[in-house]
Amino acid sequence: MRSSSSIVLVAIAILTLVATWISLPSTFLNIANAKDELYVRRGLDLQGGLQVVLEARPPEGMSVDGDVLSGTRDTIERRVNALGVGEPLIQTRGNNQIVVELPGLTDPEAAIAVLRQTALLEIIDTQGQFLAVGTRVNTSLGPAEDTASSAAPELGGTPEATLPADPTPQGDSTPATEVTPVPTPEPPPAVLGPTYTTIVSGRDIVDAFPTQSELGQIVVGFELRGDAADRFFDFTSQNVGRPMSIVVDKTVINSAEIRDAISSQGTISGLTAQEVRDLSLQLKSGALEVPLEVVQSRTVGPTLGQDSIDRSIVAGIVGLALVAILMILYYRVPGLLSVVALLIYASLVFSLFKLIPVTLTLAGIAGFILSIGMAVDANVLIFARLKEELRTGRSTKAAIEAGFNHAWPSIRDSNISTMITCVILYWFGRYVGASIIQGFALTLFIGVIVSMFTAIIVTRNLMRVILNVFPIRNAWWLGVEREQATGLGD
Amino acid sequence: MIDLVSKRYLFFLISGIILLPGVVSLVFNGLAFGIDFTGGTSWELQLQQRVTTAEVRDVLSEFERGDSVIQLSGDDVVLIRTRELPEGSAEKQEIAAALQERFGEYEELQIATVGPTVGQQIRNRAAIAVGLASVGVLLYIAWAFRNTNNPLLYGVCAIVAMLHDVLLLVGLFSILGWVANVEVDALFVTALLTVIGFSVHDTIVVFDRIRENLARRVAPTFAETVNYSIVQTLVRSVNTSVTVVLTLLALYLFGGASIRWFVLTLLVGVIAGTYSSIFNASQLLVAWENGEIQRLFRRGRGPEPRARTA
Repeated sequence: MRSSSSIVLVAIAILTLVATWISLPSTFLNIANAKDELYVRRGLDLQGGLQVVLEARPPEGMSVDGDVLSGTRDTIERRVNALGVGEPLIQTRGNNQIVVELPGLTDPEAAIAVLRQTALLEIIDTQGQFLAVGTRVNTSLGPAEDTASSAAPELGGTPEATLPADPTPQGDSTPATEVTPVPTPEPPPAVLGPTYTTIVSGRDIVDAFPTQSELGQIVVGFELRGDAADRFFDFTSQNVGRPMSIVVDKTVINSAEIRDAISSQGTISGLTAQEVRDLSLQLKSGALEVPLEVVQSRTVGPTLGQDSIDRSIVAGIVGLALVAILMILYYRVPGLLSVVALLIYASLVFSLFKLIPVTLTLAGIAGFILSIGMAVDANVLIFARLKEELRTGRSTKAAIEAGFNHAWPSIRDSNISTMITCVILYWFGRYVGASIIQGFALTLFIGVIVSMFTAIIVTRNLMRVILNVFPIRNAWWLGVEREQATGLGD
Repeated sequence: MIDLVSKRYLFFLISGIILLPGVVSLVFNGLAFGIDFTGGTSWELQLQQRVTTAEVRDVLSEFERGDSVIQLSGDDVVLIRTRELPEGSAEKQEIAAALQERFGEYEELQIATVGPTVGQQIRNRAAIAVGLASVGVLLYIAWAFRNTNNPLLYGVCAIVAMLHDVLLLVGLFSILGWVANVEVDALFVTALLTVIGFSVHDTIVVFDRIRENLARRVAPTFAETVNYSIVQTLVRSVNTSVTVVLTLLALYLFGGASIRWFVLTLLVGVIAGTYSSIFNASQLLVAWENGEIQRLFRRGRGPEPRARTA
């Protein structure tokens, strides 16, 4: 018993040291730059930024399904990456919404204008060149600078130069009353280079899907409309053996060699399964040109965020100190040990926040601070039992074991009910301002699990070892008044 | 030992009296739903000069938004709640320009816009979330107490106690909405669900003791067993509640203004949760086991069921 407790205690000590090392700022003991990736992700409300929910509003007669939505999501992701925002979050929600979170963004209006643009998909004649994926090009439907996502087109194969830019919104199919000039802050430099001819555009595509070639390969199959099929046949029959490129928002997403003349139906081969999936989604959503409406948005300025962090830190320290004082006054030696366990708890939870990583929001911090209070509960349950066992006249050692064993069912059952509500909260949060409520649910959930661990493993082994080294004879130190130590009068 | 169980109808009465004002307010005023549920825009600005709500309303009236809710926090922070005003819309730019002309440069602390259909969705989800949480907890308790005589009874009593806490909070916010313009938003629902978790957490600790004491046959009757269990767990219930209340109080006093109502909801909810787990949930068990609740519904039909012990 004694030796196994000591081993556990050493393991706890090592775990605590590692957790503390992770929890401390990345400038502290950054061995081999191992901590470069470890930092607290701050949510929108803590660092400022923009959250937008876009809803697909397909024109009459069209419908949006999961595939099209995924393709649109990928397009938006590419545009967001071009905006250069750190840690964007872009996810689909339900069957017609896309949630975009852009932390640290300073110009929300410009960003919204960029996000709302309808994606323009083109297949271009590259005049024999093989264009690398990511290359920005001018096409016969318009030069590259027309899409506001063209920030910093520093790509291989295109000479660097500037052209007078003319930022007019393109493909914006919303009613005129809602259209405002796109406030592109600084028109990005245009791409100098040839203007490639667009053979077919997104609206010429009837359908696209992953399928199998005769050789059993996974390929992208696509189908074109009548007149486009004629144009495409003319082009492909004249260019067998030469490349063509698929372009979305003037950025090349795929280049392929033409093997054969293609009319209304064709395939694109030589891709991995993942690439096939992505490209067919792209073609499919490009075919629809789905207009997007902003149905929900939230912008938080950076000042409010910093103020919130400062205040929460103060609140956390005050809360922790109050709890520590109460625990020590009421439970004495076990109380002191539980405060040590609580500090270990805080360091474990915080390092988990960095490792997972959890995006911390204001509500999330509240969840963390609340979980400190709840973490104490497991200890309170155990110590209350301990006191009872001592009063029935058991030895200190037996009382500790009995106290822990009897407290366990209540700790387990009560925490499971909290976890059930956390899971439901997380689900609810997905439909409401995404990160704010989810952050709260996640931090509370992690807090509950870690608190069970610290109470059962950490506090228990601390008590075993401490009481072995310093056997306490006077029950006062364990929070029991002398006259009470004779048993409860029942 | 203190006899709490015999005073159970006093505790039910106290709960009733505490709940009454909120329920009355709920019936007459309903709830003031925020933009999360109704759709609209909430806009918070930090100005560089002192303003009054009337001055801000003046500017908004030019855009036929004179009916907006305008609140000041401090002298120079304005919170405007108005019907939908999308980011990037021409109207928003015009209003921003007009505000700047009147009050000088300002900093946009935050702006949130929710479309009306989204608001409807969120409202439905919130109702489903609270419903799911109740059912989930009910089922879990019934399972955890499967070895007792009447597992479902424990679940139902825990849920009744929890609904007591939910009703108290909803009533409180109905009153707050009426006297202080406090609105019910998504954070309120978050706090509500957290309180549900906490309330049930507290109740389970007491129930767990009852389960253990029933198995050990510590007292001759069910009522006495319950009373003994409540007294045993009383110190723990109060201590846990006090530690949670202390941390929340620190958050309330030192935390940011934007989560103040959220923290207050939790604070009231935690206290109510502790009260209801001691004075309602366990006492309801006794009232049921003694056949008192059944008697309420069977008045005038046949002989009264015998009080029995578990």
